[in-house]
Amino acid sequence: MSEALGQANSQAIARYKNNFLKEVEERVEDGQWVKMCMQCGVCAGSCPFGPHWEHSPQKIFMMIRAGKREEVLTSDSMWMCTSCYNCVVRCPRKLPITHIMHGLANYAHRLGLVAKGQPTRDIAVLFWKNIIKGGRLNELTFSLSMYFRDGFGQGVKNAMAMQGIGLALVKTKRLNPMEILGGHMCKDKSGIQRMLAKAAEIEDKRRGMA
Amino acid sequence: MNTPVATANKFAAYICSGCGLGDKLKIAGLEKVAKTEGKMAVIKNHPFLCNAEGVKMIQDDIANEGVTHVCIAACSRRAKAEAFTFPTVAVSRANLREGVIWVVAEGAGHDEVRQEMAEDYVRMSCAEVKKMTLPGGNKKESASKKILVVGGGMSGMTAAQAAVDAGYEVVLVEKTGQLGGFANQMWKRMPFNAPYAEAQPTGAAELAAALSANPKVKVYLNSTVTETAGAPGRFAVKIAAESGSISEELCGAIVQASGFTTYPIEKLPELGGGQPNVVDQAGLEALAKAANGGPIKRADGREVKSVVFVQCAGQRDDSGTHLPYCSGHCCGTSIKQATYFKDQNPAIDAVVIYDDLRVPGMGEDFYRSAQNKGVIFTKGKASKVTGGDGCNVTFKDLILDEENTIPADLVVLATGQVPNAGVDLDEWTATATAAESGDEAAKTRKSALQKISVLNLNYRQGPDMPQLKYGFADSHFICFPYETRRTGIYAAGPMRRPMDMHQAQEDATGAALKAIQAAENAAQGRAAHPRAWDLSFPKARLEGCTQCKRCTVECPFGAIDEDEKRFPLFNEERCRRCGTCMGACPVRVISFENYSCDTVGMQVKAVNVPEEDEEKPRILILACENDAYPALDMAGMQRLVYSAFVRVIPVRCLGSVNTVWITDALGSGYDGVMMMGCQKGENYQCHFVKGSEMAYYRLSKIGDTLKGMGLEPERMQTYEIAITDGARVARLIDEYVAQLDELGPSPMKGFG
Repeated sequence: MSEALGQANSQAIARYKNNFLKEVEERVEDGQWVKMCMQCGVCAGSCPFGPHWEHSPQKIFMMIRAGKREEVLTSDSMWMCTSCYNCVVRCPRKLPITHIMHGLANYAHRLGLVAKGQPTRDIAVLFWKNIIKGGRLNELTFSLSMYFRDGFGQGVKNAMAMQGIGLALVKTKRLNPMEILGGHMCKDKSGIQRMLAKAAEIEDKRRGMA
Repeated sequence: MNTPVATANKFAAYICSGCGLGDKLKIAGLEKVAKTEGKMAVIKNHPFLCNAEGVKMIQDDIANEGVTHVCIAACSRRAKAEAFTFPTVAVSRANLREGVIWVVAEGAGHDEVRQEMAEDYVRMSCAEVKKMTLPGGNKKESASKKILVVGGGMSGMTAAQAAVDAGYEVVLVEKTGQLGGFANQMWKRMPFNAPYAEAQPTGAAELAAALSANPKVKVYLNSTVTETAGAPGRFAVKIAAESGSISEELCGAIVQASGFTTYPIEKLPELGGGQPNVVDQAGLEALAKAANGGPIKRADGREVKSVVFVQCAGQRDDSGTHLPYCSGHCCGTSIKQATYFKDQNPAIDAVVIYDDLRVPGMGEDFYRSAQNKGVIFTKGKASKVTGGDGCNVTFKDLILDEENTIPADLVVLATGQVPNAGVDLDEWTATATAAESGDEAAKTRKSALQKISVLNLNYRQGPDMPQLKYGFADSHFICFPYETRRTGIYAAGPMRRPMDMHQAQEDATGAALKAIQAAENAAQGRAAHPRAWDLSFPKARLEGCTQCKRCTVECPFGAIDEDEKRFPLFNEERCRRCGTCMGACPVRVISFENYSCDTVGMQVKAVNVPEEDEEKPRILILACENDAYPALDMAGMQRLVYSAFVRVIPVRCLGSVNTVWITDALGSGYDGVMMMGCQKGENYQCHFVKGSEMAYYRLSKIGDTLKGMGLEPERMQTYEIAITDGARVARLIDEYVAQLDELGPSPMKGFG
């Protein structure tokens, strides 16, 4: 954990003392819904990934209320969510469970509490960096950055393994090799970047994380 | 309509050929049976008997031809009841539609058995009506319609108000010096109207003031009921004030709303009961009342900053130490009390530890409202509470599966409701018997019990209504909640089952309306539910009575006392006309005008039982008119086919079945008897509560009699049939016919 991130975490701990529920309500997207969970467990039963992650949404919400801050924010659960929305459709209390899970993931990332090498997080970060560069995703550079995220040697191996698919995509004009030079971007890319920066500023202010 | 003065009985049979009866049956054959075997004086048929013309034909015969007994051979007695109501004559119904043409298999191959079945029903109906007389009723001009309400809490006050609003005078008896009961101790009550989000004032004081000011309500404070004698329409009630003065009131019906007490918190030392800063919900109400909207303070004067509610404290306990049941209101009450804190100061931590949060009615909205206010709900089971300056609640978190401890300034235990329903009749009977034989301790206990008693009924069955379970008062729990086994006395509120204030008020309103109905019925000489139209009542031929007391003991409603010569003394206003006494009587001296050992016995005998070589078995079905008979009708309406070898006789209750009918039937060559009644036991559905149970008990002993006759015990079978069992009942009949087929024909054939 970098020093800045560690500081953000300890500031949050100091600010909310033992009241993790309040922290979630104020700082996590749709976190104000957590208190409305009635612990029926329909989300846990509906999740196709149910058996494969540490804590079901039901448990996550209970842990938040019980003040289990570190366990929640370091759980792998919110990173395993595939956004199938089964839980949201079925929740009798209409909690936006998928959004809360993503909100928790985002918050844990912001505080630097996510385990190094968490694949979902890594992809998300690469995706975000790629897309804000020019306002649209460059599939070629995004794929390459994925291949090479574990070092150069592994990157070459990954690229070789995928070359058949890559060539087929080029042949059918689904992939333009020239995109490696930067590719086409949206018209006002600095405008997009300014807009995103402003949005982040507003959101941080609202969450008290400015 | 002119009512003719019947000088002699004149019997008439009317046969309908509508609804396909004329196509499927030979009406001429039925007429012949009615004439030659039924010996009917008038026999007519009509293509549409239940229309205005058909009904008028019957009415004209009654008015002009002096017809006194009418046999209608058409549809089920449950159909067209309005058209076929002739209040001045005795009426029997032969069920040819639901009972024959709708259930016998189609096709010419079945014409013979179908016609035989129909002819038997005509024979039976003619035989029945000949033994019937028109019930005379027993109008009581002097009957009181005043409603006595015992208990001046929220339930009692609501019942009193409901009765007054309906135009009836009310006598309201309250043992304390003030109306209001438990509601007086409460700060607020759970929300009872939209949007069900905020606790509301109880309104008890306003209701008490309105009743006290109402000239139609006579309120007795500091008073108890020391004796209740009589029956619906003529309850003579003695009300004793604390001062010793006794007032007497004549009442038509009674609502008992004697409430509850809270389960003593001292019995829960493991949950901190008795320790400082551990209170029950009543204790919290007192603290909230003292705070009067300000910060809630503990007994030591410190403001409460954190509070934990422990649900199911001493409840739902299967170890046998505490209350085994759920009191129903406590989850809602804890939600309400948690919002007392949150409304005053949202920063106060309020945690509710629950196992199952049960919020009936609109309580779910209230639960959501409290969650929105920040009350924390934790699914867990508390194992230990320590009181004192800083309380601690240790519990098992049932979601996270781990032990946890939360500190709190104050702990509230959600203890349950203990009913205040008076004396347990089993204990009463045992004590009274011992006291009679001179046991001094029993005598002391008996007078102590008399003090506990709420109604002090002078019935031979004991001073209060029977208790159903866990000390809660009697109630026909599944189907008719306010009905009890003491006719004209209705149970309302938490003495009947645990409940919250809103439920208690609904309960009280229902009970008040039932009480009014009972008083009105008594005045008209009619039965109370479920035979509310019935004018007949049991009569005993006392010269034949052996004083065996079976009728007095078995009557589920305590309707029969004993006179000074130890003969049964019928209080007909208490009677529900189930006929359990008639079924009980070993010498068959008890009968109703329109229902007796003869009306059924003659039907059994009227059936044409074929000889052995005809290979047509005969099976008698005695079906309870409340559920089993409608289920059989339902099978007909759904055109479900069942064997044409059965002959069905509806009975008022399986409890009214006299074993002589069964031995007569089997003795005269019937191959088997099916008895169909309501579910008995804990979840009974018997409309007369104990009737079906009594029947099963009696019939369990018939095996020896059958053996003595040289018959297999399988020739008599009992079944529990629900009103929805149309398909099942048809299947059961066919299964039984197949079983009898294997058993072979009855050896009694030809001796009948």
